[in-house]
Formats: sequence, C-alpha cells, structure tokens
Amino acid sequence: MRRARGSGALLLAPVVVALAFLAAWEALVRVGRVAPFVLPSPTAVLASLREVGAQVLAAAGATGLNALVGLVAGTALALLAASLAARVRVLREALVPLAAAAAAIPIVALAPVFATMYGATSELPRRLVVTLVVFVPVFVNALRGLLTVDPVHAELMRSYAASGWATTRWVRLPGALPFVFTGLRLAASAAVISAVVAEYFGGLQTGLGSRITSAAANSAYPRAWAYVVAACALGLLFYAAALALERAATPWRRAGTG
Amino acid sequence: MSSTRTTPGATPAGGPGTAAAPAPGGPAATPAVEVRGVVRRFGAVTALDGIDLVIERGELVSLIGPSGCGKSTLLRVVADLVEPTEGEVRVGGKSAHRARLDQDYGIAFQAAGLLEWRTVAGNVELPLQLHGVGRAARRERARELLDLVGLADFARHRPSQLSGGMQQRVAIARALAERPSLLLMDEPFGALDEMTRERLQAELLAVRAATGCTVVFVTHSVPEAVFLSDRVVVMSARPGRVAAVVPVRLGTAERDDAVRATPAFAASVVQVRAALRATEAPR
Amino acid sequence: MNGRWRRAGVVALTVVGLLAAWEGYKAVGPVDGASLGGVRLLPRADDRSMPHVGEVLGALARPEVDAPGSRTVGVAVLTGVLSTLRLALLGGVLGSAVGLALAVLMQRLRLLEAGLLPWVVLSQTVPIIAIAPLITGWGGAVRLGPWAWTPQASVVVIAAFLAFSPVAVGALRGLQSAAPAAVELFRSYAVPWRSQLLHLRLPAARPYLVPALRLAGAQAVVGAIVAEISTGTRGGIGRLVIEYAQQATSSPARVYAAILGAAALGLLVAGLVGLVGAREDRRAAAAVEVAA
Repeated sequence: MRRARGSGALLLAPVVVALAFLAAWEALVRVGRVAPFVLPSPTAVLASLREVGAQVLAAAGATGLNALVGLVAGTALALLAASLAARVRVLREALVPLAAAAAAIPIVALAPVFATMYGATSELPRRLVVTLVVFVPVFVNALRGLLTVDPVHAELMRSYAASGWATTRWVRLPGALPFVFTGLRLAASAAVISAVVAEYFGGLQTGLGSRITSAAANSAYPRAWAYVVAACALGLLFYAAALALERAATPWRRAGTG
Repeated sequence: MSSTRTTPGATPAGGPGTAAAPAPGGPAATPAVEVRGVVRRFGAVTALDGIDLVIERGELVSLIGPSGCGKSTLLRVVADLVEPTEGEVRVGGKSAHRARLDQDYGIAFQAAGLLEWRTVAGNVELPLQLHGVGRAARRERARELLDLVGLADFARHRPSQLSGGMQQRVAIARALAERPSLLLMDEPFGALDEMTRERLQAELLAVRAATGCTVVFVTHSVPEAVFLSDRVVVMSARPGRVAAVVPVRLGTAERDDAVRATPAFAASVVQVRAALRATEAPR
Repeated sequence: MNGRWRRAGVVALTVVGLLAAWEGYKAVGPVDGASLGGVRLLPRADDRSMPHVGEVLGALARPEVDAPGSRTVGVAVLTGVLSTLRLALLGGVLGSAVGLALAVLMQRLRLLEAGLLPWVVLSQTVPIIAIAPLITGWGGAVRLGPWAWTPQASVVVIAAFLAFSPVAVGALRGLQSAAPAAVELFRSYAVPWRSQLLHLRLPAARPYLVPALRLAGAQAVVGAIVAEISTGTRGGIGRLVIEYAQQATSSPARVYAAILGAAALGLLVAGLVGLVGAREDRRAAAAVEVAA
C-alpha cells in the first residue's frame, strides 16, 4: 500500500507545502482582489514586518519576558508540588483532581481579576496567568514520572537492599526526567500562547497581543499580521529552546538505534 | 510431595555422586539454598504449595514447569523479593532477608532492566556504587566483568545502543559485580533468539566455572535446562509444587555445544519432558 | 467505593480550604497589597479586588441593570455559558471531524503526512489564537453565496482550528498504532483499504482519540472565549467577563461570577468528552480483566 519514496522527497515535502501555501495565499489575494482588511498578502505582511521591525522586536521582548518569567515560576512551583504530591498521598488526592479541572477551564479568563488585584499598570497579572497555565502540564507530567518506576528496576533496587532515598536518587529521578521534559515542552508553547492572549484582556500596551489588537482596531491589517508572525516565531523559539534543553538533559534518549 | 531433599548422592533416579559438582565448601558445608515447607498465596490463589528444596553449594539447578507453576515466585522467595506465606527459606545458612541485606546473591531477570540513563559500565557499577565501593575499585571491577562477558569495547555505550543479547550480558555482569556466591536467574535468555541463547548458555557455564558460584536458573526451555543444569526441578501448576527432580549426567567438565548432540543429552531431555508431561496428566 | 468517598471528601476539603484561604487573606492581607521596589507582590485585599465569597454568590441573584424586569446576573451568566457552549461545541465537532479526516488521509498517503504533519504539529506550538482579532473584519465583508459571514462564524472557526490539530495528530498516531502483524494479516486477506480502516485502524486509534478529544474540547472552549473577546461577539461568556470586568468599580463580584461561568463551561465540555472517554475506559478495564 505504501510505496517507499525517496527520503529526499519526504524531507522536501513540508517545504514544498509551505511554499505552495504561501504562493496560493498570495495569488488568492492578488487575483481574487481580496480586501487587505480581510486578508493581506504575505508580501504585504513581509513589507510591514520590515517597516516596523524595531517595534515588533520590542513587543516580542515584552511578551517573551512575561512568558519566560511565568514559565520559570510555574515550572518551579509545579516541580515542588509534584515532588510533595509523590510522597504525600493526601496531597496527591487533593491536587490531582484540581489539576485535571484546571486543564479543562480557560485559565486566561482570570487575567482581568489579576489586573484588578495587582493594578493594570503591572506586567505581574499576565505573568501570574502564564504561571498558572504552565503549572498544570508540568505538574501532571512530573507527578506521573515520579510515580512510574519500571517494575524490574524496583525489584532490582530491592534485591540490592537499597534505601528509599537511594532508589529515588538513582532510579526515580532520572526515570522521571523524560516526563518532566514532556510537560515542559507543552508548557513552553502554552506560556507564549497565554502571554499573548492575556494581553487581549486589557492592561499595559507593551506586548504582541496588545499590538495585534490595536493594529487591527486601526485597520492596519498587514501590521497586525506582522505581529502575529512575530508571535508565532516567539512560540517556535520557546518550543525549540525546551526541545534543546530536553536533548541536553536526557542524552541517553537519542543514543539508541531506535 | 514429601521431601525433595536431594543431596547429590541421594537423587531418586541417580547413581552416587554424579549429579552435582563437588561443593567448594566440602560436604559438611551448609547448603547454598534451603527451602522448607514454603507456601505462598496471592489472595485466593496458591502460587506455591509445600515446596521443599535443597541446593548444594556450587550446584546449578534449573526450575522448569508450565506457566503459572510458580517457578519465578519460588526464585523471588529465595531472593526475599516475595515473602512466603508459610515455611522457611535459608540462603547460605542465613535467613533470606539477612542474605539480601548482606548481598549474598546476584540476580538477573528476563528483562535486562538496565538503567537507560547510565552507560554500560555505569550499569555494572550500580550495585557497587550503591554499596559504597570507591570509584577506582568500581571502574576496575566493571572492566573485569565486561571482559568476562566479552563487552569490554562497549563500556561507554548506552544500553539502547546494544542488542538484546548484549544487554542481557550486561545484566549478568551486573549480577556478578559483588562476587556473589549465589546467582539467581529468572528466564534471563527467554527473550533472545536461539543462536544468541545457546552462546549465552555456554558463557554462563564458563562464568560459573570461573567463579564457582551456585546458580538457580528459571526457564521454560527443556534443552536449556538440560544443557545447563546438574539437576532440573520440574514443577506443576495450580498449585505450584515440585513434581520431580531430574539429575542430569553430562559430566562435570565444562560442557560445550558438542554435548547437545550426545545420546546422554537426548536421554535427559526425554526424561525432563516425560516429567513435564506427567504434571499435566490428571487434567 | 470507600476510596472514592474518601477522595471526594479530600477534594471537597481542598476547595473549602482554598475558599478559606481567600477569606483569610482578605481578613489579614494589606488593603493596598504589598510592594517591593515599585512592584506590587501581594494582591490588594480590598472588596473591589477580592470580594467575599458570599458576595460573589449573592451577585448571581441580583438584577443585571437597575431597571424593572432586568434579568439577574446569574441568568445572564447562564445565557452566556449556553451561547458559548453552542459555538465551542460546533467548532470542536467541526475541527475534530476535519482533524480525523485529515489523519485518515495522512495515514493513507505517506507524502501528505510528510508534507503536512510537521506543520500541524508546529501549529500547536504557536499562538494561532492570535489571529482572532484579525478575522473580526470578516463579519459583513465575506460572503459565501447567500450566506454572509457573521461574528459567530469567526468564533466557530477559531474554536475549530484550535480543536483540529490535537485530533489530527492524536488520530494519526492512533491509526498508525495498529500492530504490524495485524496489518499484514489484513493484507493477507486481500480486503480493500476501507475494511482495514474500519476493522483495524479505527479501533486501534480509539484509545488515542480520547485524550486528543479531551485536549480538543479544552482548546475549543479557550478558543471560543478568546475569540468572543477579541471579535467583540456579544452574548457569550467571554464577552461577559470583559463587560463585568469593566464594571469592577461598582459591582466587583460580577466578574468573578462570569469567570465561574467560564470555568463551569470548561468543566461541562470536559464532562461531555468524559462521557465518551468513560466508555473507552470501561472497555480498557474489561480488556485488562480478561488478560489477567
């Protein structure tokens, strides 16, 4: 059913798809005479990106910092909570259902109340939103990792008459790392997304999200799209950084033949 | 099953002094393993029922039987990984618990169970590190052991870069790290292909000849049990009982692959098979 | 059963504890928060920032505007939740259907998988939701035949797009999870691809679909709420959060009531997806029992 094609074709395919997509978009806007407020052409967006490059970078810096602060704080809290919950059963019973519920509810909607609590002239409300958003996937995955021990490893450690601490140090923690990084990878993208979206709820006009809304409100659509492109680039940057960190911290996972 | 206490000279079907290698400690030494009246229940299921078994020092004994006969459970009782519901287990004259705390045995499982975040050498060093052996001594011992199992060139590799057979060799090296007098093996070659399996069987015999340790070996392969063992303990299922003990007379000299073609080998295989069939007879 | 009651008790106690902590902070916390180096670190504890729990519940029963016959805030929140639920479900179902269809196509055509999958995966790492304010303009400007684009349509499109990628990725992984031996068995039967899909690949994908749908549901809710806010679509709970946030000076409890509504919406959708998942869990549990 599946014919093996040259791996070159498979590697090239995403690039071809992207180019075809952009070309079709450009053609649609030009030939179809689509009004720029409906959809600006990629070239118009590119031109606008060049024009306001400095502002775009500044806005990306502001949003990126919010995302980073929230990511670090949320991850630290989540790891702390997960290591406590892995030890204390009551804590686990209390936190796991709450985390599951938090995964289902739109946490960004808390942005306006954080703004009232801390004042709208602060970046803190957005960072708090990011912290909460990040907490959930890191906590859930880290806890799963800490509670998952290969039965053979457990028996082996018992046969060594190893203490609980030795088992944690040599088996449980290294075994949990891949899980933690899975959570962190999810959280890195979620941090940028929530940092951008939190700006839609009002507050300081410093970041990409608020630039997108204000450009749209001024009907400067190519400019708005330029900020969207920057937001996507920021998301990819965070994701790539998380991936790089994961590779550096768990080298054994790519040493394999499979 | 009354008593299956079977010193080499008193096996039900054996002639005098043929079944086991002479025990290093001499005949008067305490046996390597003594299992007396062991019963193990898991809830309503009786996994082991009235097991009596004595294994002399330096012996290589296989446990074989249909799945569910409790052979792995019996091995775990000896290793103090599972506690018997009734009965007593002594390892080298000590309680099984004491023997575990004193690290008198090494163990290998069907899954190699290597820690994938450590190098091959790091895995062999693990038990030494856990028990406070210094770095230099650990390195030296790991090098020796990897030499012994033919993996000296792979010390710095990750487990995931090794084939299944190589991983299992690392696991055996790890089990030998602390020079245990008793080696417990739970179907260690069960997941390997026949060629690798036969090579590792020969290697195990070489290791045993070099170290003189007692080996308890769980398997479900009749030829494997016969090739390796001084005695084959045949178990029946539900509840797990010792059905027969078959001494294997292939000589005490190091066995090589040629042994597999001898009439004595074939005769022992037939004998173990018959004993296994007999465990199914009442059904 | 005992364990279940115990766990429910622990959760209830936790919620009570959180509410108590809220009231406790209100009682002892500084009214204007606490700042360090110009950055406010502790939140303000005044009634405007942190209304009493009872206040929030009471707000639900009060009329929305000071006029006779006005609906209560509770009714407004409920109406908003139902309105957004409709859009989120529509978007979620639409996005899941497209995602599943695309997964089937990608499973069938290797080249399509190679060309599209990286982009679908990457789309989960970037704020696609950021374009929400940009398709606001489509309302009234885009016509597809007799049907004119409405702001609600923008909300549905955003929700659908966010729900689409987890389902596409999860379903593809599931379709590809069929055991190679089983695939070869089906090939040996020389049955058409459709039978293989129906009897082998789709059943194999089921355990993968449940978590994907759970994620898709949560994404659709967030997408719908954010899209409502940035497109200014009236009637939904997202818009209500913003409206009530702007009334924080006069009636601070209202925005909390709206946020409770948004949370309830998320849990409602998760519950709906959970009904599908529970069936799957029972199958899995039954399978485990058979195996044991």
